[in-house]
Amino acid sequence: MHFVVCAKQIPDPETPPSAFKIDESTNTVVPAQGFQPVLSQYDGIAAEAALQIKEALGDEAKITVLSVGAESAQAAIKQVLAMGADEGVLLQDDAFEGGDSHTTAKVLAAAISNLGDVDAIFCGRQAADWDVGQVGLLVAEELGWPAAILAKGVEISDGSMKTTRVMADGFETVSQALPAVVTVSNEFGEPRYPKLQQIMQAAKKTVTTMTHDQLGLDPSEVGSSGARLKLEKLYIPQSDSQVEIIDGETPEEQATNLIAKLVADKVL
Amino acid sequence: MAKNILVIGEHADSEITATTAELIGQSTRLAEGGLVSVALLGSSAADATQQAFEAGAGKVFVNDDDGYTEYNSDQWVAAIESTLESIDVILVAQSTVGRDLAPRLAARQGTAAAMDCVDVRSDNGEIRVTRPCYGGNALADYSFATSPVIATVRAKAFEALPLQSGASGEVIELPAPSESRTTIEGREVAEAEGLAITDAPIVVSGGRGLGGPEGFEDVENLAAAFGSNRAAVGASRAACDLGWYPVSQQVGLTGKVVTPDLYVAIAISGASQHMAGCSGSKMIIAINRDPEANIFQNAKYGIVGDYKAVLPALIEAVKAQS
Repeated sequence: MHFVVCAKQIPDPETPPSAFKIDESTNTVVPAQGFQPVLSQYDGIAAEAALQIKEALGDEAKITVLSVGAESAQAAIKQVLAMGADEGVLLQDDAFEGGDSHTTAKVLAAAISNLGDVDAIFCGRQAADWDVGQVGLLVAEELGWPAAILAKGVEISDGSMKTTRVMADGFETVSQALPAVVTVSNEFGEPRYPKLQQIMQAAKKTVTTMTHDQLGLDPSEVGSSGARLKLEKLYIPQSDSQVEIIDGETPEEQATNLIAKLVADKVL
Repeated sequence: MAKNILVIGEHADSEITATTAELIGQSTRLAEGGLVSVALLGSSAADATQQAFEAGAGKVFVNDDDGYTEYNSDQWVAAIESTLESIDVILVAQSTVGRDLAPRLAARQGTAAAMDCVDVRSDNGEIRVTRPCYGGNALADYSFATSPVIATVRAKAFEALPLQSGASGEVIELPAPSESRTTIEGREVAEAEGLAITDAPIVVSGGRGLGGPEGFEDVENLAAAFGSNRAAVGASRAACDLGWYPVSQQVGLTGKVVTPDLYVAIAISGASQHMAGCSGSKMIIAINRDPEANIFQNAKYGIVGDYKAVLPALIEAVKAQS
């Protein structure tokens, strides 16, 4: 078996709102001082799902990590390698920049076709920066494979993938023939922490880099040239709410004063 | 410029969902003379058809075959694709259905879907959307380089139109369910008993600052004081991750998005991923020991204090008022 984990490096989502800044001339987020970019946490959970299945198969599976990103995204790939993945490929090219979900999926699908023998693809439910949640499905569409999103459980056996999906009101179990794509949700559980020895081994591994040429992609169909959604403006919303702290000498007084406000506002 | 708009509707118990009515309402505003159609699939879809007309639809595509009742992507994609001749804009809720259907439709149609939009508007005839990103820290405005435009939309982003009783329009039968690569093996409903958190006009939520699962007893008592038919209990991701409260009640980016009239945040710091799940509330009240907590930035009223002292007093005051 050969599994692919798609991993994205993102600005640390734990950056406090006060340190979150946007450069409005380029519509990009300004890296916050003191916060290193991280592996999108849902992708870590996707890697955990792939690793658990590999272990259930008695290690009879190879896991390749793919990331579309800049040179720095090697760190995200190495983190998944340290967790236990076998190989990493960074899809890095100026031509990939300024893309959207569609162009990212196109690059990933080209790399997966290039690998040739992939049985299942594991993605996070969404990247924790743009919060979109389409790349997994779009990779599946590019490849013509079935896909299940928002998994809290995944099993692979006898050429099929069984997924328990998180629904608004509960869970749904579906099965699909391999090769298939799954996007994994936070309900799956926490990813493992690599041991120091694994981190050191991963640091020594070579991450292959591939460009549009090697993937057989035309620059016009990827990055900003191929994007179908155009980002017009990225901005920080203005909060129009000015909090009114409720006075009172005692909790009872505060409570009574608050209820009086709610009644005056016709909320109660 | 007139636009023909398709709303991919959802319905339960013969009634279209509130979000479906909201999307029909906004489509009518955006259509500028174009036709607003609604697609309805699954058992009781035929019964919901009349409601779609009363909510403002001009045409309804329908098939109430029971095979469509549980959403199955291949079947729904095939059915919706058969409606798209001359459609310029497709709107669907950011729901279990919309999250799955919109990207797939976009890929098949050679276009893009904008996910989880809080606004869809016409800017000199061109569709623009706004969606939150970076855990609610930022908003992004997008235009589309391709057609049709596809957007999934958050609940309560738009107002529904007043119902026009007796309204009618053209009904077109959709094809029967196709083959699917996905077999649905089973479903399990795991919602907490009582009022759904996404429907409740009042949501009372607790966070990590409660210090333990026992803190949720006070939170539940406050909800009960507001009335079990009006108020539901929510929890922050931190509280759910610690196992203090069921994940089904989690409010936030990866939990439920709630838009009640009143949201009471108790011992919740107000991380942006939490605010993404409650910032659409009409009014937010914060109770927190830390006067610097981010939640106060988003609240209309705040009480700075220990919930252990404030909640019992607040419960009595709510009871005295009702």
